[in-house]
Amino acid sequence: MQNQLLIGYDNRHTFLNRLSGSTKLLCFVGLSIIGMMTYDTRYLIGVMVFSLIIFHFSKINYRDIKFVVNVIIGFSVLNLVMVYVFAPHYGVTIYGTEHLLLGSSQHYFNLTTEQLFYEFNLLLKYTFAVPLALIFLMTTNPSEFAASLNKIGISYRISYSVAIALRYIPDVQNDYRTISLAQQARGFEMSKKAPFMTRVRGSIQILLPLIFSSLDRIEVISQAMELRRFGKGKKRTWYMAQKFKSNDYLALLCVLVIILIGIGLFKVNGGRFWNPFN
Amino acid sequence: MQNKQSTSIRTVVATGIGAAIIFVLMKFVAIPTGIPNTQVNVAAGFLALLGAIFGPVAAGLAVFIGHALNDFVTYGSPWWTWIIVDGLIGVAFGFAKNRLKIEDGVLGTAKLVWFNIYQVIVNFIGWVLLAPTGDIIVYHEPATKVYLQGITTWLVNSISVAIIGSILLVLYARTRTQRGSLKKER
Amino acid sequence: MMTAPIISFKDFSFQYNSQTEPTLQHLNLAIYPGEKVLIAGPSGSGKSTLGRCLNGLIPQSYQGTMTGSATVNGHDISTSSIFELSMDIGTVLQDPDSQFVGLTVVEDMAFSLENDQQTQPNMQAATTKWAQTLNLTDLLTHRPQELSGGQKQRVSMAGVLIDNSKILLFDEPLASLDPASGKASMALIDQLTRDEELTVVIIEHRIEDVLQQPIDRLIVMQDGAIVANDKPEAILRASLMAQLGLREPLYLSALKLAGVDLADCTHLDRLADLAVPNLTATLQQWTAGVDLKVPQVHADPLLEIDQLNFDYDPQRPIIHNLSVTLNRGEMISLVGQNGTGKSTLSNLITGFLTPQSGKLLFNGQSLLDQSVKERADQIGYILQDPNQMISKTLIFDEVAAGLTLRGVDPDEIEQRVLATLKVCGLYEFRHWPISALSFGQKKRVTIAAILVLQPAMIILDEPTAGQDLQHYTEMMTFLTKINREQGITIMLITHDMHLMLEYTDRTIVLGNGTILMDASPADVLTNDAIIDQASLAKTSLYELAEQHQLNPTEFVAKFVQAEREAR
Ligand SMILES: Nc1ncnc2c1ncn2[C@@H]1O[C@H](COP(=O)(O)OP(=O)(O)OP(=O)(O)O)[C@@H](O)[C@H]1O
Ligand SMILES: Nc1ncnc2c1ncn2[C@@H]1O[C@H](COP(=O)(O)OP(=O)(O)OP(=O)(O)O)[C@@H](O)[C@H]1O
Ligand SMILES: [Mg+2]
Ligand SMILES: [Mg+2]
Repeated sequence: MQNQLLIGYDNRHTFLNRLSGSTKLLCFVGLSIIGMMTYDTRYLIGVMVFSLIIFHFSKINYRDIKFVVNVIIGFSVLNLVMVYVFAPHYGVTIYGTEHLLLGSSQHYFNLTTEQLFYEFNLLLKYTFAVPLALIFLMTTNPSEFAASLNKIGISYRISYSVAIALRYIPDVQNDYRTISLAQQARGFEMSKKAPFMTRVRGSIQILLPLIFSSLDRIEVISQAMELRRFGKGKKRTWYMAQKFKSNDYLALLCVLVIILIGIGLFKVNGGRFWNPFN
Repeated sequence: MQNKQSTSIRTVVATGIGAAIIFVLMKFVAIPTGIPNTQVNVAAGFLALLGAIFGPVAAGLAVFIGHALNDFVTYGSPWWTWIIVDGLIGVAFGFAKNRLKIEDGVLGTAKLVWFNIYQVIVNFIGWVLLAPTGDIIVYHEPATKVYLQGITTWLVNSISVAIIGSILLVLYARTRTQRGSLKKER
Repeated sequence: MMTAPIISFKDFSFQYNSQTEPTLQHLNLAIYPGEKVLIAGPSGSGKSTLGRCLNGLIPQSYQGTMTGSATVNGHDISTSSIFELSMDIGTVLQDPDSQFVGLTVVEDMAFSLENDQQTQPNMQAATTKWAQTLNLTDLLTHRPQELSGGQKQRVSMAGVLIDNSKILLFDEPLASLDPASGKASMALIDQLTRDEELTVVIIEHRIEDVLQQPIDRLIVMQDGAIVANDKPEAILRASLMAQLGLREPLYLSALKLAGVDLADCTHLDRLADLAVPNLTATLQQWTAGVDLKVPQVHADPLLEIDQLNFDYDPQRPIIHNLSVTLNRGEMISLVGQNGTGKSTLSNLITGFLTPQSGKLLFNGQSLLDQSVKERADQIGYILQDPNQMISKTLIFDEVAAGLTLRGVDPDEIEQRVLATLKVCGLYEFRHWPISALSFGQKKRVTIAAILVLQPAMIILDEPTAGQDLQHYTEMMTFLTKINREQGITIMLITHDMHLMLEYTDRTIVLGNGTILMDASPADVLTNDAIIDQASLAKTSLYELAEQHQLNPTEFVAKFVQAEREAR
């Protein structure tokens, strides 16, 4: 099991690495919210192309992300099929016109241009943020992440919780593996042949040591942190925090402009949808 | 119990470690039920215990952080509506803390039954009412699809909490030692 | 002494809420600035509890009743916050994995400075300074998962020293360090004490290792009370340690065996300066009077490992073309530096990890096509961390679990479990929840849970870490017994050189992914090149023998034999 949680942060020495974590976080959150709101296809394609260009500059190796990309494709396809099965006429309802491609309008399963177009929009929405997320994950030093959260206004205690999560995920992962093996060695049946309740009981047998040792750990870590004065002041500083530089302001400005365009499009389209059919 | 300072640090740590555990459970632990594509949601069972021990803030934030991180690394982008609903359910489980009083070391049948009714209702509000509505408003997905997903999740999660959550709660309560109860036996 | 004590306890008692009796009873204790104090005592005697009183975790984090008074640097512990006390006293906890809260070494070092809201330049200056002092400069960006036990220990020290507090408290700093790292840590603590004018309190079972550096005072605890509090030499001379069931330095035991009267000796606490009239003659005479028995030879192969290869990362092989054969009925020790792959090798044998290539034969049958459970029926494995093995809440149930799953008859289960619990010194706790046990007690529970299954071979990963002499001896005697009488093959992973000498007949030294040496324990410790390469250390017996022109191997072998016979 790999220890590197955030699928391979590495300092690839690009301008993206040099941006402060807070900037990247704000940009990512801003773009993903506007992308979530809008159904303007042109806009979504625009953002997608923009993020793919940035992605190209980030020098991330396709090999490193192949697995994630496959999962995302699988997930998107499954959802698109489900949407079609449960609501094959949803596109028609949204866009108010019907251009039949297959079947007749009496049939439950027919295919309209509107439905295809709607699902294409969905696909864009499932995927447009992926390059941005990958850039964020792979160019942001996990150590800087908590500091960035604190900087954009989240309380330092919550920010530090995130840091603790990142710090201990590899440990919990290793523990889980070891414990599961130790329990199998004691004779707990885990194979698929066992009846359902036996399997549940077997899994709980693994979970118990994991959970109870983690609860003990919570005690010890809280003590260790308290002995080193965590929570003393209303604020705390961060060794890994990065100062804003001119590039950061530039990046924020670019993203702000993109978001404003998105909001402007709501006005132009008179709603969240861009309707090419009328 | 402890002084205020220690409690607040413990909440921070419980949030972080809780999030780490939820992340690992969501990503690596799957007990298939036999129905294709449905798994017992172990993380939901654990959430019940986390809430009962550490209260609403830690449970709500832990599942929010754990779920968001998991979405991030598995799907590339977080599915915010469900993450928020999960967080709210964590908060609701946390409110059961004062009623369950699990630290006292006894968890009677009455409390357990109460908790299970409570959790089924909480899961219903979360997965059948809030999550699909959020999906419709925010993502504009078709109602039939999201409601079906919501109902499935409600059933799976309620059953998971009923089985795994209850077992964890009972076992945890048993490990709590009562005041002045430890004595060596020759 | 004219100065006021920096730590002062007056008729101090403490009782945890869940206990029926006070854990600390009527302590009177004064520690003066600049002193270096060692606290020893059996497991469960209240050493860690005393430590928690010093740093304020009691009464702030652990609830209980306190009587009497206790002050640390003028602060009354019952009214001071942990934050206030932490400016005066820095604590290095026993478990470096939990103390290491930062994502990387440098962040962990800066942790307390961040909480004090220091500026980045200040933090950089401080971390640079302490990284140089503690030799961590090359590791600053490493994550905790990438460090060895000894390195983590040093990071924990750096994170505490950076506060410039005047008192340092160490709870079992040596428990999981290899001998060379342990020595280095003690030397480092000693140097810091002098350079930074610190007051140091060390809680430790490995008394001989701590005494390698000068200690001003030795405090011995038993059942929550202080039973001895004096200069180490006085306590050693009165043989108090041995009477209380604690391990005294080995050279002292040797002197006693040879019939030396301790009252005639000076500098008993420091072997280098030890002066005893006619010691050379006495020792030589004793040595000549003992006949060495011929060790039993085992030649029936049980586990054959052939050309084994394993790595987590292709750039850094952990096990490299390793071949070795373990024979039936042997008692073997596996030693080597922290992070060299000892636990990894046992994981490969038990199927927790799968080798990239190589063969593993047990009783002539390949292990590689057997599942973890099938292997476990023959090879019992006791992990380093007991928390990873315990799955039940009650001690009895935990030990019975394996038998229950194997469908053994309930009456027989009860009888076998109780017998095993007695052997492991847990009988009186049999109805306790496991969560109320100390680390050492938990470790014994996991050993009991495997012993009760009676496998053909047992691998124990650091069975005696954090154990006191009495339990250590009981457990090792038991292991020796099942090894002799039932022919169970036993492999111990250990950092304790004397355990290796005293109880095992064969030592495998692991290093650089292969076997550096495979010989009798006494031979390993006479090979300086191997000692250096594998971070081992000679015990004081070797020094004693060398000082008096005796053959160290022979002398140690005779000492071990005499001790075994005395038991
Ligand atoms: N949190 C606690 N609640 C109740 N009892 C406790 C607690 N911690 C320790 N004890 C009890 O207090 C006694 C002393 O424990 P302590 O940890 O101080 O021993 P120790 O001398 O440090 O032992 P070891 O060498 O094994 O670390 C033990 O009997 C233990 O059961
Ligand atoms: N899951 C893992 N992923 C990557 N590297 C690992 C993993 N587990 C251990 N290692 C590395 O493998 C090496 C061997 O570790 P191992 O635990 O076998 O050492 P050890 O000899 O048992 O040390 P110790 O005496 O400290 O217990 C170490 O350098 C460690 O950093
Ligand atoms: Mg202790
Ligand atoms: Mg090890």
